[in-house]
Amino acid sequence: MNKTLNQKAWFFVIPVFALVAFNAVVPLMTVVNYSFQETFGSNVFQWEGTRWFKEILHSERFHASLGRQFIFTFIILLIQLPLGIAIALTMPKKGWGVPVCLILMSMPLLIPWNVVGAMWNIFALPDIGFLGNSLNSLGFDYNFTQQSGDAWFTTILMDVWHWTSLVVLLSYAGLNSIQPAYYQAAEIDGAGRWDIFRYIELPKMKKVLTLAILLRFMDSFMIYTEPFVLTGGGPGNATNFLSLDLVKMALGQFDLGPAAAMSLIYFLIVLLMCWVFYSLMMKDEGRT
Amino acid sequence: MSLELKNVEKKVGLETHIYSTNLKLEKNTINILLGSTLAGKTTLMQIMAGLDKPTSGEIWFNGENVTGKEVQKRNCSMVYQQFINYPNFTVFENIASPLKITGVKPDEIKARVGKVAELLKLSAMLNKKPDELSGGQQQRTALARALVKDSDLILLDEPLANLDFKLREELREELPKLFEDRDCIVVYATTEPLDALMIGGNTATLLEGNVIQYGKTLNVYNKPENLISAKVFSDPPMNIAEISKSGEIFKIKDNNVQWKSNIKIKDGNYKIGIRPHNITTYKEGDNSVEINGKVLISELSGSESLIHFTNGKLNWVSLSNGIQQKNIGENTKLFMNVDEFLYFDTNNRLVTNG
Repeated sequence: MNKTLNQKAWFFVIPVFALVAFNAVVPLMTVVNYSFQETFGSNVFQWEGTRWFKEILHSERFHASLGRQFIFTFIILLIQLPLGIAIALTMPKKGWGVPVCLILMSMPLLIPWNVVGAMWNIFALPDIGFLGNSLNSLGFDYNFTQQSGDAWFTTILMDVWHWTSLVVLLSYAGLNSIQPAYYQAAEIDGAGRWDIFRYIELPKMKKVLTLAILLRFMDSFMIYTEPFVLTGGGPGNATNFLSLDLVKMALGQFDLGPAAAMSLIYFLIVLLMCWVFYSLMMKDEGRT
Repeated sequence: MSLELKNVEKKVGLETHIYSTNLKLEKNTINILLGSTLAGKTTLMQIMAGLDKPTSGEIWFNGENVTGKEVQKRNCSMVYQQFINYPNFTVFENIASPLKITGVKPDEIKARVGKVAELLKLSAMLNKKPDELSGGQQQRTALARALVKDSDLILLDEPLANLDFKLREELREELPKLFEDRDCIVVYATTEPLDALMIGGNTATLLEGNVIQYGKTLNVYNKPENLISAKVFSDPPMNIAEISKSGEIFKIKDNNVQWKSNIKIKDGNYKIGIRPHNITTYKEGDNSVEINGKVLISELSGSESLIHFTNGKLNWVSLSNGIQQKNIGENTKLFMNVDEFLYFDTNNRLVTNG
C-alpha cells in the first residue's frame, strides 16, 4: 500500500508542547537554573556548579527532615490502607446506605486543606479544643504544641481522618466490580470469609490498591498545608517535613540556590519511589 | 440419589421469581433447564445449590431435607456463564482449590487434578494463570474445578454462552461424555433449544418463573404439553395460527389455507404450531400443503436458509435445507409438512401431534 507522506499532523501537537513548556518545563528549568548558582538578589548570579547539591546531600538538616518524611509516609500508609480496605468491606452494597456512606466518606476530601489544618489545630488545643481538653481530663498529659510525640500523634490522626476516605472509595469501587459469581463459586468450594478476602477480593482490588498506594504515597510525601497550619513544623523541628523545611529554606532564609537543589532532589526521590512502587506492583501484569 | 424440590417458591419483595415448583431429578441424569433470560433458571439453580433459600417449600436430597443447609456443607459444584477462576492461582491451584479446602492429601490432589486436567485437555497449561488462557481454556478450568470434587450435584449455568461458536460446539459435544460415568446429578441451564437437543437427558421448560414441563428431552420436544412449552423449545420461533376443523377439513382462519387429515378430534376451533423446519421451499413428507408468501427477509447460513414471509396478517418463519435464494418482496410458494403439525386446543393444551 502506498502511503502519502504528510507531516502536517505535527502542527496539531504544537499547542500541547507550548502548554507543557509553560506549565512544566519553564518553571522546572528556572529551578534547575537556581540550583547551580548563587544569588543575592538584584538579579546578580554567580556560578556555583554542584556545590548546593553536595551541601544538601551531606546536610544533617536534610537527612533529618527526609527521615521524618519517610517515617510519616510509612506510618500513614500502614494505617490508611488496612483501615480503608476494612471500611470499604463493611460498607453496604445496595440500598439507601450506599449514597449515605459515599457522601459521608467523600466529605473529608472536599474540605480545603488549610481548613483541615485549622480545624484540627482548634480541635486539638489542650485548653479549649474538644480533643485536647477531653484527653487531658481523661488523665493524659496531652499538648501537641509542646510535646513532639503529641504533635506526631495529632498530625497522623489528622491525615488519617482526611485521607482514609480516598482509600475507602477506591477499594469500594474495586470491590463493587467483582461479579457476585466469584463469591458464590468460593462459597461452593467451601471457602471461608478470610479465603474469600485473600484469594478473590485482594487480587481483584490489586489495581485500585496500587493506585491508592501511589496517590497516598505522593500526597503524603509532599504534605505541606495541613502540618503548616497545625504545628508549623514544631515543636522545635519535630514535625518539620521535607516540604516545610524546603519553604523555610527558600522563603524564610532566602537561600534560593540550596532550596532549588533540594527541590530537585526532592522531586527525583518522589519520581524514583513512584517508579519503584509501580514496577514492583505491576510486575505480574506485563504478561497479559 | 435424587434431588427433589417440593412446592418451592421464591419471592423477592413483591416480585415472584419462582412460582411453586415441584421437580424430581434422579441420579446419573443430565437435566436441562430451558428458558429465556429471566425465566428463573439461575434462581432455581441457586436454590438447588443452597446459595439462596426458597421463600417457601422444601429441598430434599437423598431423602434428607436440606432446605436450610449451608452451601459450604453440601457437596455441589457450579460453573457459570462468566469464566470464574481464582485470578492469582495457576490452573493447577485453581483446580486443586476445592480439594485443598476439604483437606485432601497433596499426593491425592496431584493425582486427581492430573486426571481431570487430562480429561479437559488442560495438562499443558497447569502452570499458567487464568488470564493467560483463552476463554475456552478458562471455562475448561472452571469445569475441571467442578469435576475434581466428585460432587453429588453439578450445576452448569449457561456455561457455553460466552464462548465463540467453534469452542461452544466442541465443548458441547464433550460435556455429556464428561458426566457419563459419574455418580451425580447434573443440571444445565441454557437459553438454546439446540443445547438441550444435543445434550439430551431430561429437559424442563421454563417461562417467567414457572416450570412448564419436565420429561425426557425428546419427549418434551415432540409432545409439548402445551403451547408455551412448545414455544420455549423452538428456535427459530414456532409459527402459530388459529384454525378451524370441520369433518376432515382443517382450515387456517387467517388465509384459508386448508388440508385434509383423519386425526380424531372434535370439530371446532384449534391452534396449530408449526416448527420453522416443517415449512420448506420443497415438498417434504407425504402430506404437504402449499402456502403462498411474500418474502420479508431471507438469511442464508450455507447449509440452511431461513426465510421470513408474510401470508395474510401473519408473519411466518421457514427453515429449508441448502441455499434457497429469495429476493425481498418476492412472491413464493412454500410447503408445510402436515404430519408434523402440533394441534392445541383453545386453552393452549396439546391435543395431538401429526
